[in-house]
Amino acid sequence: MDPLRQSASPCSSRPSSPKTPPCEMLGYVGIEAVLDQLKIKAMKMGFEFNIMVVGQSGLGKSTMLNTLFKSKVWKCTLPGLAMPTPQTLQLKSVTHVIEEKGVKLKLTVTDTPGFGDQINNDKCWNPILGYINEQYERYLQEEILITRQRHIPDTRVHCCVYFVPPTGHCLRPLDIEFLQRLCRTVNVVPVIARADSLTLEEREAFRRRIQHNLRTHCIEVYPQKCFDEDINDRILNSKIRDRIPFAVVGADRQHLVNGRCVLGRKTKWGIIEVENMAHCEFPLLRDLLIRSHLQDLKDITHNVHYENYRVCRLNESHVLPHGPCWVNLAPTPPGPSVAPGPSKACTQAREDSDDN
Amino acid sequence: MLSPQTRLAPVSLHLLRSLSCLVKRVAEPEARTSAPRILLGLQHVVERGVAARVQAAGVSVALERVVSGPTATFAEGESCGLSPLTPAGGPHAIPPPTASARARRLTPLPGEANGPFQAGSHVALIKREGRRRGGSRCRCLRAGAGCWQSAAAREARGRRAGAGARARAGAAASVGGEHPGAAGVGAAAAMAVAVGRPSNEELRNLSLSGHVGFDSLPDQLVNKSTSQGFCFNILCVGETGIGKSTLMDTLFNTKFESDPATHNEPGVRLKARSYELQESNVRLKLTIVDTVGFGDQINKDDSYKPIVEYIDAQFEAYLQEELKIKRSLFNYHDTRIHACLYFIAPTGHSLKSLDLVTMKKLDSKVNIIPIIAKADTIAKNELHKFKSKIMSELVSNGVQIYQFPTDEETVAEINATMSVHLPFAVVGSTEEVKIGNKMAKARQYPWGVVQVENENHCDFVKLREMLIRVNMEDLREQTHTRHYELYRRCKLEEMGFKDTDPDSKPFSLQETYEAKRNEFLGELQKKEEEMRQMFVMRVKEKEAELKEAEKELHEKFDLLKRTHQEEKKKVEDKKKELEEEVNNFQKKKAAAQLLQSQAQQSGAQQTKKDKDKKNASFT
Repeated sequence: MDPLRQSASPCSSRPSSPKTPPCEMLGYVGIEAVLDQLKIKAMKMGFEFNIMVVGQSGLGKSTMLNTLFKSKVWKCTLPGLAMPTPQTLQLKSVTHVIEEKGVKLKLTVTDTPGFGDQINNDKCWNPILGYINEQYERYLQEEILITRQRHIPDTRVHCCVYFVPPTGHCLRPLDIEFLQRLCRTVNVVPVIARADSLTLEEREAFRRRIQHNLRTHCIEVYPQKCFDEDINDRILNSKIRDRIPFAVVGADRQHLVNGRCVLGRKTKWGIIEVENMAHCEFPLLRDLLIRSHLQDLKDITHNVHYENYRVCRLNESHVLPHGPCWVNLAPTPPGPSVAPGPSKACTQAREDSDDN
Repeated sequence: MLSPQTRLAPVSLHLLRSLSCLVKRVAEPEARTSAPRILLGLQHVVERGVAARVQAAGVSVALERVVSGPTATFAEGESCGLSPLTPAGGPHAIPPPTASARARRLTPLPGEANGPFQAGSHVALIKREGRRRGGSRCRCLRAGAGCWQSAAAREARGRRAGAGARARAGAAASVGGEHPGAAGVGAAAAMAVAVGRPSNEELRNLSLSGHVGFDSLPDQLVNKSTSQGFCFNILCVGETGIGKSTLMDTLFNTKFESDPATHNEPGVRLKARSYELQESNVRLKLTIVDTVGFGDQINKDDSYKPIVEYIDAQFEAYLQEELKIKRSLFNYHDTRIHACLYFIAPTGHSLKSLDLVTMKKLDSKVNIIPIIAKADTIAKNELHKFKSKIMSELVSNGVQIYQFPTDEETVAEINATMSVHLPFAVVGSTEEVKIGNKMAKARQYPWGVVQVENENHCDFVKLREMLIRVNMEDLREQTHTRHYELYRRCKLEEMGFKDTDPDSKPFSLQETYEAKRNEFLGELQKKEEEMRQMFVMRVKEKEAELKEAEKELHEKFDLLKRTHQEEKKKVEDKKKELEEEVNNFQKKKAAAQLLQSQAQQSGAQQTKKDKDKKNASFT
């Protein structure tokens, strides 16, 4: 009963059919040099990564980004006192090029100030979904050109980090609604924000409850169970899935602790070290997002979410709502009113195609 | 990051002392001339205590007023990041007496917590302005390890305010063990350094202050690719018996099962065979396509056609997969030809016309690597002349062979040196001969042994280097980005798709798809109608035929019946006659018997009676 996938995992190894018999090589040929060639090519081209943070204001999204990438990704984390709180949800994107040991990464972060801040938060996920779909649309338009570029610029959101406020109870209806909708379109990693307000036991209980909620509502967060390729992946990912959502604390200040300089938050009762596993689970999040699963995030976005979007789009182009820069395809036929959100249309289409 | 609680009073001394020095050091004549004015303005600001707490807007407003003039506008985003201090250039610059006097006057401002703030912000502002106007250098620094303070110090050292680092460090050190202050200093300094960029640039280079960890990205990518496996397809074009299969065996150090082809093929056909090779953890799905019967026919006009068709068919298959609505490109077994090895016969003179024609047809579809086969039949000096002749012929005929890439520094050198030896003169052999004290692949002749892997003997090693060890990935990339894209473009334009229509409104593939689909459906419907009509007509014909036949049958039946009846009547008539005759005969018989009995009864009267009777019976 998986609405996402109907066939094998997107990154599975190609099966060897009986038509391709295995051959024994009697000596060294040098095929493995292709790995180095790949690496050189990748380093030359550079990498791209697009991350989106969603959550209510004050949960520490911008700080978390700064902590993750150890630089001032967002200049101003505190809103100016003169600036009014945004009335509607706005999406702000900023792009940076960061380099480490010769590896260039073009990082685009998208922030969503104003999410869940209004009194009536109905359909507050629509702008976000619209933005994500707009990126898919942009990529699709580039891909179906006749003369297309050598390297299509990838602005699709690879990962969406969702900040759950540390109430300690369970997921709120807003969280559940949002997660349900978003998990079908993008890789979502939920985190418990500002976890320094919860004790360790409270954290565990909260985590279990959130996991239970996610299971009850059939929300598949990253790493999705259905994309595990082999047994090693499954073991690794189950460990991660056990700890999702991570309880994180963000800080971009340095303090001296026992002679070491650490990132942390200083309070009257102590210093919360961000990179200390005993204090919070920020290292897990960082490892997941950057050090081990970044390529996997991109692959799943490209092979699964983008393909799903493409199928929807090519099948039901007249049902999806039009964004500001979308090509006006076939005129909307006079019929019943269109579905409210693009994801719903997609799910409908998918369910139809499932039924067929 | 400005936080209202940070107290910097101890630093203000240093700060204000160097304020004037800094203003002087900004190295802008305008700034210097207006220095007194600025300082005055500062004084105003400080004394009036304008702009209560650290409000970003507030600070910027105040400074705007003060900094009007030479140090024109600064991007508003910066105001947030203004640090409360950046002392610099203390020991070096000689402060003008007036300025320092003023500075000293400014120094002891009790209870004015915001004074030093704003002074400091102003200082930072000017400093940044100067730096920017002077032409800021690219900030894309390699991230070193370590905390921000040292990083900031290191960065600052690289900048014009070189002495500032020392002063800053000094100031920072002098702040002493006040941790938040130090942190604030460090953070602020780093911030002032790292953030100072106008925000109207699209891409910002950010400097990292610690190890983030995405340098493992290439490894992640490589791991993914390794688990997926690689695909490589080679096409070998050459006459029968020129050594294609042997060369493949030698290249990949294995024995691919194949039977040698005969020379009796009626036409050229392509035979593709796939194999799975594994080396350490790299899996390669290798497909070798052979041209069977190439150059064997008497009329070789159409020799190139099957080859071109095969290549196009692979492109077409990929294009179809790509255009599908529900596609699975990551699972797709890529059969497009990545490299074409063209085997040139070792005549020693020049290229054959068949070779030229075929290569010309193939050069826009596939990466061609020409090689001279059976190179052990050519002497060294002849070989050199042969090679240059071939290359000049290729150039003069405009054949585009594969160029080894020279844009990447790591491989440019080796590629450049190897390109000189094109076309490679190769010898293939799977048999091993003992040379010295080890076995090597070689061909044994009565006059010597040709070693395959000896660079003096042939270019096999160069070919293997170029084809497999250095450029395999580039070959695949060229196939995908150049040849396949060209094919795709031509094919789609042929099918009637365009990117923009004459009104310069962007078309979409989808729209033309729909149009084509409707057209196709219409055609289908028409065909269906036609077929239905034909069917109906045929049915009618058949019916008519059947009716005819039925009628005939009926007639026949009637005829038969009639004849049957006639016969029957005849037979009955005959029967009646027969019966009559029989009756008559019986009557006669009866009568005769009676007479006989009467004659016997009366003997006498017999004669008379007999005579009478006889007369009577006779009459």
